[in-house]
Amino acid sequence: MSDHNYVPSTKLAKWFNDRLPLLSLSAHLREYPTPKNLNYWWTFGGILTFCLITQIVTGIVLAMHYVAHTDLAFASVEHIMRDVNYGWLLRYFHANGASMFFLAVYVHIFRALYYGSYKSPREVIWIIGMIIYFLMMMTAFMGYVLPWGQMSFWAATVITNLFSAVPLIGESITNWLWGGFAVDNPTLTRFYALHYLLPFLIFGLVILHIWALHVPGNNNPIGIELKKPSKDTVPFHPYIVIKDLFALLLFLIVFAFFVFYAPNILGHADNYIEANPMVTPNHIVPEWYLLPFYAILRSVPDKLLGVIAMFASIFVLVILPWLDTSKVKSAIFRPLYKQFYWILVLDVLVLGYMGAMPAEGTYLLIARVATTYYFVHFLIILPVLGKKEKTLPVPSSIMEPVLGGSPNPNTIKKKELYS
Amino acid sequence: MSDQKKPKRRDFLFTASYAIGAVGVGASIWPLVDQMNPDKSVKALASTEVDVSSIEPGKSITVLWRGKPVFIKRRTQQEIEEARAVKLDDLKHPEKDEDRAKDPEWLVMLGVCTHLGCVPLGDKGEYNGWFCPCHGSHYDTSGRIRKGPAPTNLEIPKYEFVNSNTIIIG
Amino acid sequence: MKHITKSISFLFLFLIFISQNVFSEEKKKLLNTDWSFKGYFGKFDRASLQRGYQVYAEVCASCHSISYLSYRNLAEEGGPEFSAEQAKAIAASFEVIDGPNDDGEMFTRPAKLSDKFVNPYQNDKEAMASNGGAYPPDLSVIVKARGGGADYIYSLLLGYDDPPSDTILDSGVYYNAYMYGNNIKMPKPLSDGQLEYYDGTEATEEQMAKDVTNFLAWAAEPHLEARHKIGFKVIIYLIIISILVYLSMRRLWSRIEPDV
Repeated sequence: MSDHNYVPSTKLAKWFNDRLPLLSLSAHLREYPTPKNLNYWWTFGGILTFCLITQIVTGIVLAMHYVAHTDLAFASVEHIMRDVNYGWLLRYFHANGASMFFLAVYVHIFRALYYGSYKSPREVIWIIGMIIYFLMMMTAFMGYVLPWGQMSFWAATVITNLFSAVPLIGESITNWLWGGFAVDNPTLTRFYALHYLLPFLIFGLVILHIWALHVPGNNNPIGIELKKPSKDTVPFHPYIVIKDLFALLLFLIVFAFFVFYAPNILGHADNYIEANPMVTPNHIVPEWYLLPFYAILRSVPDKLLGVIAMFASIFVLVILPWLDTSKVKSAIFRPLYKQFYWILVLDVLVLGYMGAMPAEGTYLLIARVATTYYFVHFLIILPVLGKKEKTLPVPSSIMEPVLGGSPNPNTIKKKELYS
Repeated sequence: MSDQKKPKRRDFLFTASYAIGAVGVGASIWPLVDQMNPDKSVKALASTEVDVSSIEPGKSITVLWRGKPVFIKRRTQQEIEEARAVKLDDLKHPEKDEDRAKDPEWLVMLGVCTHLGCVPLGDKGEYNGWFCPCHGSHYDTSGRIRKGPAPTNLEIPKYEFVNSNTIIIG
Repeated sequence: MKHITKSISFLFLFLIFISQNVFSEEKKKLLNTDWSFKGYFGKFDRASLQRGYQVYAEVCASCHSISYLSYRNLAEEGGPEFSAEQAKAIAASFEVIDGPNDDGEMFTRPAKLSDKFVNPYQNDKEAMASNGGAYPPDLSVIVKARGGGADYIYSLLLGYDDPPSDTILDSGVYYNAYMYGNNIKMPKPLSDGQLEYYDGTEATEEQMAKDVTNFLAWAAEPHLEARHKIGFKVIIYLIIISILVYLSMRRLWSRIEPDV
């Protein structure tokens, strides 16, 4: 990496940099050689960083007005919405920000799946990413509890009850989680504390995620390794920075649309009814970003096995780098994998849909098929496919055509961008 | 490199982007700052009514208004004369007692030391008025600063007599 | 740009797909009317909000609280915009419990602008006991708390009907075409000419339902007008800066590659 040679221009800067090499770090970040063929699916890393930071900032600000007490939580949220200066804006930004964060993270994950970004030498980046994803789900879930509406209360009840499936000590675990015999004030206050803490853990992991990325360098649409600066790479600043910025602005337009014109469309009406431990809403559903997991949970008829299946569906993602046996990274050169990839996307969308539907009749049947397929994809198709699939020749450089009359990289690039 | 041929347009484009971007960043920071200002429910709690009929001459009561103590003192004739006799030149913050107490018998002022916000003690200090125990500011019988680090006199809030027994503060 | 458009439209479709399915619960199609607050420039109809307040005060308020609203809100921008004097007079016509006074006793006094709307009942239990065991829900955020929003509230108010011949209702239960399960404990609240509007508008059932729903929509979302106004500016701003950044990006990248 080029930054080893970085020498600050002034004496003072050199003095400082010798003691704390922040300037070297900044030089490294600026010069970091990035593949020049990264498409817009690669801009979601930057978008996610933005999402995390805005969630933390708006969250801290909301915490200045929120009261974590079962008698006051709902009223304090209404106070934010009605009286606090720009309170409605901050809360809608934070609430919709969670959805936007997940939207971006799903694009980010599916981009990695398509282009094989989880494969050697990037397994650690991937695993850290999965931990971040898991913490995000926990954070989002606990944040959803804080307004203390009906959905908050019953989501907390249902999710914490997952742990009651644990044999023998299940009840002790749930009572420990609740700090009582049901979801109540102690639960709310601890969720609040953790909801405040976890984003900072995520932030730390994001730094590790980026650090781990900067060791092997970025993957790219054609999946070849480009560590050294070359004609295939560009410095991160300004080329990638401005591209990320442009994508972020487009993303913000979508974001703003939700915040200003449909702020409650991604939420659930029942959460504007204050929590009532005596009445369960007619139809409870988690937030949209958790629906696929909810569908997996419900499609298994046994309580414990359902919980195991749900956690397993995340765990298979963690071990994905070793399940996918193919040496070729990008789906561009894996015609069969590409098809299975799109089937998986569809499968996850179907699971999400089924998670929102009542668990009965045809819905349940479809959810079961989709759940089965999900595991088959990762546990059977991917390992076998890696061994059997006939892949297309991978070019040795972004700029140079492959020897032997294989596809012209420019055509590949074009095809990738516009197909 | 084409941009060297048309440096003006390039400069304009980048400058415009930076400038408009800076405006946007500034505008988005404002809600984050403004949310800490007093909100509408706080601003609405502007006035407090106080029944002063039971205060004897020479005594005072303290009531809470906007989260701060307000001293309401019914002054004796001697205290009024003492306050009115002071020459303006002797004052660090010259104000006539007539301007501070419209009805000379009643002195209504914020019980917050203008130095660093402590609550002064009544009937104390070298001028028979108030004395702030935190850093030793002495106020006279009109609540004017006479000695010590406080820069100004005790503040007079907006108030009025609704009838002879009731004061509305705020 | 083509691939960007494609990605964005994909994201949009996905979100719409998800959100529609989450909210596709209502079975019977709701009545709707031309809500002035819908749309990108939607604003509340002041006159309708003022009439809606009258309907709330004269009809709903005897059972339903609206406890997150304060009297000062009636005079605030973006709401019914009563004058400060009118709002003060409205507040003063209600008695609130305050105290304790210097003797340690609670006392009543006329409400001030800073007071919250007075509840019709002292607590939930009293509310339930007075209404045959059914708790009349607080109306502060009722429009946001029901799938279908304003359309649902409007439909519900106009949805009273004779039950189908095969349905037998318990006493104190009424048939409503839009209520979940069709059984509702609230008697039909509105009927033609039930009150006289101060502004002389004819008080038909539809008119009152529309006005009070407008009022409740504002009560649930008092900053809706500001939201629409700021949102429009923000989106215009984002489009402009996006174009600028896009052009800057093209210029930067043209140093190394013509096609970003």
